[in-house]
Amino acid sequence: MVPSIFRERWPVVLLGLAAYVSTFLFLHLEQEWEIALLLGIVPLVLYFAKKFGISAKCRQAVDAAPVFTRAVFLLSALALIVTLRHEHFALLLLATVLLYATISMGLTIQFGYAGLVNFAAIAFFGIGAYSMAVLNQSPNGLPDLMIIVIGGVVAALIGSLLILPVLRTKGHYAALITIAFGLLFRSFLEVNDILGGPQGLKVSGLNILGWDFAQSFPAILGGGSFYVSYTLLALVLLIGVFSMTRLIESSWLGLNMDSVRLDETASASFGINVARWKIMAFTVGNFFAGMSGALYASMSGFVAPASFNLSDSLLLVSIVLLGGMGNAVSVIPAAFLVVVLPEKFQVIQEYRLLLFAVIVILILRFKPSGLMPRPLRRLINTSSK
Amino acid sequence: MTTNALTAKNLTVSFGGLKALDGLNLNVELGQFLGLIGPNGSGKTTFFNVLTGIYKPTNGTVTLGETDITGATPNQIYEFGITRTFQRLRLAPTLSVLDNLILGNQRNLHLGFIGNIFNRKRLRREIASQTEQSRELLGRFSSGLVSKLYEPITALSMIDRRRVEVCRALISDPKILLLDEPSAGMTHDETSALMNELLAWRDQHKELSIILIEHEMDLIDRICDRCVVLNYGQKIAEGTYQEVANDRMVREAYLGED
Repeated sequence: MVPSIFRERWPVVLLGLAAYVSTFLFLHLEQEWEIALLLGIVPLVLYFAKKFGISAKCRQAVDAAPVFTRAVFLLSALALIVTLRHEHFALLLLATVLLYATISMGLTIQFGYAGLVNFAAIAFFGIGAYSMAVLNQSPNGLPDLMIIVIGGVVAALIGSLLILPVLRTKGHYAALITIAFGLLFRSFLEVNDILGGPQGLKVSGLNILGWDFAQSFPAILGGGSFYVSYTLLALVLLIGVFSMTRLIESSWLGLNMDSVRLDETASASFGINVARWKIMAFTVGNFFAGMSGALYASMSGFVAPASFNLSDSLLLVSIVLLGGMGNAVSVIPAAFLVVVLPEKFQVIQEYRLLLFAVIVILILRFKPSGLMPRPLRRLINTSSK
Repeated sequence: MTTNALTAKNLTVSFGGLKALDGLNLNVELGQFLGLIGPNGSGKTTFFNVLTGIYKPTNGTVTLGETDITGATPNQIYEFGITRTFQRLRLAPTLSVLDNLILGNQRNLHLGFIGNIFNRKRLRREIASQTEQSRELLGRFSSGLVSKLYEPITALSMIDRRRVEVCRALISDPKILLLDEPSAGMTHDETSALMNELLAWRDQHKELSIILIEHEMDLIDRICDRCVVLNYGQKIAEGTYQEVANDRMVREAYLGED
C-alpha cells in the first residue's frame, strides 16, 4: 500500500524538499557569491526539471493530492523554522516574507480577482500596525490576538471609506486616489503628536495566553530566538489568509469578482452588483493587510511613519505582478524573492526599486501573466473531465 | 387578442444635441420574434442599451407586461427578466463555458459572504445543481457544446462563443431576449445554424419574446414574425418583411432612392 502511494506522490515530496533546501540556503548563506551561485543554479534546475518532464509530473501529483501537498509544504515551512531557530536575522527575514505574502493575498483578491488597483497597501498595513501600537499600550485588557484582528478590522473600515471615491472613477484615476491616500496617510502620521509624530510609537511584545513573545523560544520546545514565536504566528496568519483566499476563489464570490474584473458592463447586465463586489474585495484585502501590520508592529517593537512608504506599496504590487495576477500560490515565492534578495545583495539594496521596476517592465512585456500564470478557475467539486 | 410583452412609448435619448432615439414607439407581442433593422447609426443598439438600463432615456416610458421599467438599473432589468447578447462578444474570455453560463444565472445563486466561505456543503450542492442546469441547457440548445463545458472561452470557435453568449442569456429563463447582431463575425452558414437552434428553442418556449438586430435580410425574412425599421432614431416602417422591404421610405433609407 505504502509503496504505491509513494509512487504517485514522490513528486510532491520532492517539491517540498526542493522548497525547503532552496529557501534554507537563501536565508542561511551570507556571502554574496554564494547567493549569486544559488541564483544561477535554481533556474538551471527548473529548466532541466521541465526538460525531463519532472515539472509536469509534479503538477499532476499536486493536482491529484491537494491535501497531501499542503501538509508537505507546511512541514517544510516548519522544518525551515526549526533549522533556522538560532539565526535572528534569517528568521526576521522569513517572518517579513510571511507578512508580505499575507498582504499580497489581500492584493490578489483586490487586484487579481476584482481588478481593483490598490497602491496604498502599505498604508492599510500601517493602519493595522498603529492600531496594535495604540491598543497594546493602554491597559484595556484586550488580548493581543484580538488586537491583531481589530487591526484588520480598522484597516478594513478605513478602506471602506476610501472605496467610495474609488468607485466613482476608473482605471488610472482609481490608482491615483489610492496613491494619494498612501501619501496622505504618511503625512498624517508625521504631524500627529498623539501617534508619536515622526518618531512613532514603541510597541511592547506580544503575550498570548501567558506565552511571552519577547523571550527566547521556550527551551522545552527546543529553544531558539524569540523570532521563532513571531515567525510561527506569521505562518499561522498566512495559512489562515491563504485558505480564505482559496475559499473565496472557488466559490461564487470569486466567480463574481472575476466577472467584474473582466467586463463591468456585461456583469451589470446579468444582475451583478459591480459596486458590491468591489467593496467586498477591497474590504477583505485590507483586512488581511491590517492584521499583517498589527503582527509586524509587535514583532519590530516600534512603528514610525518612515516604515510606510509609497515605495513599499509599489514593491507589494510588484510581488503580485511577478508571481502572477490572481494566483494565490505564486505570490509566496514572489514575496520571498522581493524581500530576501535585496537584503542578501547589499549592492541591490540601494537600487532595489530601480531593479524591481525593470523586472516588472520585463514581466509585463514578455510574460504578462507572471512567472506562474493563474490556472483556469475551477469551482469546488467540478473536477474537469 | 394578443398581449404586449414589451412596450416603448415616445422613447427619446439625446446625447448633447444628437437624438439617438427620437420619440420611438415600439411594441413586442408575447412570444413574437421581432426583427429590428435600419442603417448604421439608426439607433438600434441605443434602443437595446436603453432597454437594459445602460442608458437612461431622456423622455418616454418602457413597460414590461404591466410593469413600468423606465430608468431601472441594469441589475433591476435583469431581475425583471430581460437579457441580451452584445454585438461584440462580451463573455468572460478566460473563464470556462460553465462559469460563463453560471454568471448568467445570478438570481439563482446564494451570494452571502459567510455562507460561501463556511457553508461549503450548501455551496457544493449549488454548484452541482448549477452545473447540471448548464449541462442540460447546452444539451437542449446545442448538444455539441456539452463536451466543452470546462474549456475556456478562448479555446472556442466564433460560433460556439456566440452559442455560449446566447445560452448565458437564456439560462435565467428571461421573458425578453435581445440579440444584438449575432451574425457579426460569422459566416452565413454559421449564422443560419445558430438561428435554427434559436427557432427550435423558441418553439419549446412559446412565452419568450425575442428582438433581433440584424443586417442579413434573408435571415430576417426567414425567421422574424414582424419587422421594425429605424432611421435617425425614428420608426419609419413596420410590418412583415415583405411589407417593409417594399416600403418607399425604407428603400430611400437603404438605397438612397428619391
